Amino acid sequence: MQASQFTVDTEEVAKFQAMADEWWDPKGKFKPLHMLNPCRLDYIVSQICAEFDRDPENHLPFVGLRILDIGCGGGLLCEPMARLGATVVGVDAAKRNIPVAQAHAKKSGLEIDYRFGTAEELVLQGEIFDVVLNMEVIEHVAEPEAYMKACQGLLKVGGLMICSTINRNTKSYIFAIFGAEYVMRWLPKGTHDWVKFITPDELYNLISNAGLQPVDKQGFVFNPVTWQWILSDRDLSVNYVTASLKP
Amino acid sequence: MKSTTDIAIIGGGLTGSLMALAAAKYGFSVCIIDAIAANMQKNPDFDGRSYAMAMASGRMLKALGLWEDIETETQPILDIKVTDGAVGEQPSPFFLHFDKYGLDEGPMGHMIEDRHLRAVLQSRLIDNVNITYLRGQRVEDQTAQMASSILCLDDGSEIHAKLVICADGRSSAFAQRAGVTYTGWKYAQSALVCALEHERSHNGFAYQHFMPPGPLAILPLKDNRCSIVWTETIENAHTIMAMDNDGYLDVLRPRFGSFLGEIKLVGKRFFYPLDMSIAKSFIAERVAVIGDAAHGMHPIAGQGLNSGMRDIAALAQLCLEAKNRGEDFGSQAVLARYQEWRRFDATALALTMDAFNRLFSNDNSLLRSFRTIGMGVLNLLPSTKRTFMREAAGVRGNLPDLMR
Repeated sequence: MQASQFTVDTEEVAKFQAMADEWWDPKGKFKPLHMLNPCRLDYIVSQICAEFDRDPENHLPFVGLRILDIGCGGGLLCEPMARLGATVVGVDAAKRNIPVAQAHAKKSGLEIDYRFGTAEELVLQGEIFDVVLNMEVIEHVAEPEAYMKACQGLLKVGGLMICSTINRNTKSYIFAIFGAEYVMRWLPKGTHDWVKFITPDELYNLISNAGLQPVDKQGFVFNPVTWQWILSDRDLSVNYVTASLKP
Repeated sequence: MKSTTDIAIIGGGLTGSLMALAAAKYGFSVCIIDAIAANMQKNPDFDGRSYAMAMASGRMLKALGLWEDIETETQPILDIKVTDGAVGEQPSPFFLHFDKYGLDEGPMGHMIEDRHLRAVLQSRLIDNVNITYLRGQRVEDQTAQMASSILCLDDGSEIHAKLVICADGRSSAFAQRAGVTYTGWKYAQSALVCALEHERSHNGFAYQHFMPPGPLAILPLKDNRCSIVWTETIENAHTIMAMDNDGYLDVLRPRFGSFLGEIKLVGKRFFYPLDMSIAKSFIAERVAVIGDAAHGMHPIAGQGLNSGMRDIAALAQLCLEAKNRGEDFGSQAVLARYQEWRRFDATALALTMDAFNRLFSNDNSLLRSFRTIGMGVLNLLPSTKRTFMREAAGVRGNLPDLMR
């Protein structure tokens, strides 16, 4: 009895490890996220450094900061934040992602608090953070206003929210849905619902109405020649990112 | 004994040493594991080996703070003359001529003697607090575990590194154990290398004489000296190598020509078998392969070390960027960027050198007239020639920060 219990656990762990490997395979199912990740991280790190007066060249520059990643998936953002010294909580509404992310963090030798749940639940639990990472989530939620209010509620006064999403226009339809899902097969068909995409003006209103102060916005632009994503001050036509403060 | 480090480097030659200094400059802790014992690398006597440092490589030495220590020992290359010919014949009238005025940035490169470069690197490695330098030790076993690679050394100690950089030369045994396979071929040529003292000044000119058995490169050193890389068929090379110094010079003279006056040997004579060996992958789990271990190429244009230095600058920069954004710099995602940046370029360069060698190292009369005219035409097209020069100076393409 004892032995079979052990077998089941090992199998479970092995299964989650395999899924973690899938999440973290730069050429695998999550290739588009891996390609975007350095660019997203550059933005996140530079915004946090600017806001909290940290030097990214220092050893563990984020020590003392409590960071929440909403929709953490396999931990592609949580692990870098933890590696920079932050205390990290990752939350995901997909239960199966939690043990997957835990398995990978353990393998990486990092301590990260992964939880199954939603931003709204964390507000009820009285959780509070210096930084909330709200990356590629808002276009998937049912009630963006309520969700944005929850994000605001999770921030300390003076805290920073980084929020990225996808613009809604003909170009984003062609690139994000037709291109990424149908032509390149980077994403499973049906990953995105174009009508839920949010224009920068709409996001600005969502953020302001939730009681946050937008301070910066930039585009993530894919260069098909170098096959890399870069940050752009001007081109917010498809993927873009914003930084806001809680006054 | 168990120790941990950010980066372990296999091989303490020029490439391994420069890699260590670049990584240490960027704040990584580094451990070099060099199979060669301490006293074998120290050879302060002039021995004739030298390198043509392209402009971009020179900039990297400046960025690493090494240049000031060797500048007085270097010879700028002010002009390169390329000719096609045969032994005892006059050089072809359509020789190709690259002078320093073709580039805005200054000389295309500098000649640096091996002994000076090596001595500076050795002392910097020892002085650097970020670098642990293990000499006379070998890696007996390697395994990737968790977020690090574990190296077991022959003295029983263990090193845990987040990234292992393989810089132990052509067809690296370490890389092969990590799963890297090689492709390539041996050339039917060998290289004879030595230094000469000559009567007249070289004025900073480098010469490349293409002759049927292979090219003869004459590279200016400080004072009235030059370093030659003389390529011959394997058989001829063995025969020439077996001769005494007088016999050696007697064979060389008609190839070398008389434009620098009387010549005599200084230092030792070296013999190198030639091959091309390209790693099919420049990365493995927690392993990056650099320099000759990734791309051993024909020395026809002296691009081996320069190309290795590009690997170093690119890899160091990618690791720094990854570390600063919190990524695991030894992860496949980061290593894949290195491979993407360097593999195509380095492999293309090795194949270009191969093609160059095939085009020039033969006596096919049709090819000879074709390349002779080709060089003449190239000489008349300044923009194309400029592109060639910028390529040779290493200032073309996507340059890493250390080379800007």
